[in-house]
Amino acid sequence: MKQTFLLSAKKWLVSLSVKSLLASVILLLWLLMVLLAPFLDLHPNDVVLEKILLSSDQQAFLGYDDLGRPLFDRLLVGAYTSFSVTFGVIFVSLFVGTGIGVISAYIGGHWDHLVVRIIDVFMAFPGILLAIALSGLMAPGIANVIIALSVVSWVGYARLSRAQVLAIKQREHVQSARALGASHGRIILWHILPLIMAPLMIEFTFGIASIIIAEAGLSFLGLGVQAPQASWGSMIRDGTQYLLMAPHMVLVPGVTLMLVVLAVNLLGDALRDKLDVKAKK
Amino acid sequence: MLNFILARLLSAFGVILGVVLLVFLLIHLVPGDPIEVMLGESASAVDKTLLRHSLGLDKSLSEQFIQFLYGLSHFDFGTSLHSKKPIATLITQRIMPTVELTLAALLVACLLAFPLGIMAALNKDKYPDGLAMGISLIGVSIPNFLMGPLLILLFSVALGWFPVSGRSGLASLVLPALTLGSALAAILSRMIRASLLEVLNEDYIRTAKAKGLSKTRIIAVHALRNALLPVITLIGLQIGALLAGAVITEMVFSWPGLGQLTIESIQKRDYPVVQVCILLISTTYVVINTLTDIAYGLLDPRIRLSE
Repeated sequence: MKQTFLLSAKKWLVSLSVKSLLASVILLLWLLMVLLAPFLDLHPNDVVLEKILLSSDQQAFLGYDDLGRPLFDRLLVGAYTSFSVTFGVIFVSLFVGTGIGVISAYIGGHWDHLVVRIIDVFMAFPGILLAIALSGLMAPGIANVIIALSVVSWVGYARLSRAQVLAIKQREHVQSARALGASHGRIILWHILPLIMAPLMIEFTFGIASIIIAEAGLSFLGLGVQAPQASWGSMIRDGTQYLLMAPHMVLVPGVTLMLVVLAVNLLGDALRDKLDVKAKK
Repeated sequence: MLNFILARLLSAFGVILGVVLLVFLLIHLVPGDPIEVMLGESASAVDKTLLRHSLGLDKSLSEQFIQFLYGLSHFDFGTSLHSKKPIATLITQRIMPTVELTLAALLVACLLAFPLGIMAALNKDKYPDGLAMGISLIGVSIPNFLMGPLLILLFSVALGWFPVSGRSGLASLVLPALTLGSALAAILSRMIRASLLEVLNEDYIRTAKAKGLSKTRIIAVHALRNALLPVITLIGLQIGALLAGAVITEMVFSWPGLGQLTIESIQKRDYPVVQVCILLISTTYVVINTLTDIAYGLLDPRIRLSE
């Protein structure tokens, strides 16, 4: 009995590390693409008419798109686009959302009531529908994509941190800190925030995956970054018109996007297993 | 019981009112003059004034909101700037295709998720489990604007089984439904696995085993029925996600539904139509969520008594 348990535990550990390793390698590659893009001699917007839709040659091993632009160069620029949008959105919504959620739960009363109503209204828009409407109304561009997606995603952090703080502020250690005369800022920063870090980290990780998809989705609909700048979503959209002649136009950005999202999800799963005490039981 | 239902309906009504306010404000939140954005900078001053007046944008914000609410309560959604037709007419043509697509996607998701989830739960930590959960992880990681082209590549271009796009008969529904349903299938199969695993540890399953019942009977009658409650809730909550996903799926397959109308109207800067589309989709979402909540309360007394 004990031996089989040990065996399965060992198997679990090995499988976990293989999965996490794979995920980390993919994410490091993504990061490398983002960091290297400004230093490489890239020509993502060079139109070479005689190479239109060609699959690959010595200069561009991933082939060319419908305007004869090298897909590899565009893939790297697209990596930069998705990275900057994703982390822009996550940091805005993490700070705004967590800030509103923590303070609202801590203060309580009418203010908290109002915040809950506002959260409910924002939650009433399914998925990226609100972001589609917002970025459709605003001019296209990377800053507006970040704004539109932040408006949608702060709610998740606000709801999560509010629920956590509501439970934690009743605990004895918070009450004793208050009795000792600690300021509100000190209580929130030192006695509450560290305890809600684990669930926020998990939300943060899965948030990365959903924002990468949302950014690409907006670009796919033509509502993302402006035309010559590459985004994985707009590369996929361009490719859908040439599925028959040049499937690599969809496959190159598509498989890259899928691998990055898969890696983030794998990492999120691993993190949840590690941090979430409930799931461990 | 009645109190529970009334409370839910009241809160849903409040949320819908908030949604209406937010959608109404959307057009005013746009930086710059919405009239200029709609007509372009070169439009003449007379045209601008006319449009401003016909949209009521020359009145005060509160007056405009009351007028907007009044129109909505009479199912008068205004007219499209582009086609000059009443928006109500435009929308009614588009509702059926979207409902069709959403229901078909739901069916696809269930058909894929139940076998996968049950297989995974019954073979926990063995190969079938790993395979099913691997498929599900890949399923969540492929967004529908990638799944669509991939399915077209395989089933339309290479195999020629289904049409590439458009809405003509049952065959044209298969690929869009598969595209839209795949992500839900992935989430659902994980949920079914988790829920079933929890139930399989219960005492009454051991009792059923001790009574010598067949394995199929234990799973189908004793385990699955009890594992179904959280799964049904998830399905209810995910119908909204399907509605949002339908926007992109309809664009991939040129499916003439509400989502396509939304995006087309955004491209034509036909903002009154965009407002109504967004309002309709999110209101439907709120209504379905509320009904799911109420149904859950009816089925599980623990929920309504805890309130």
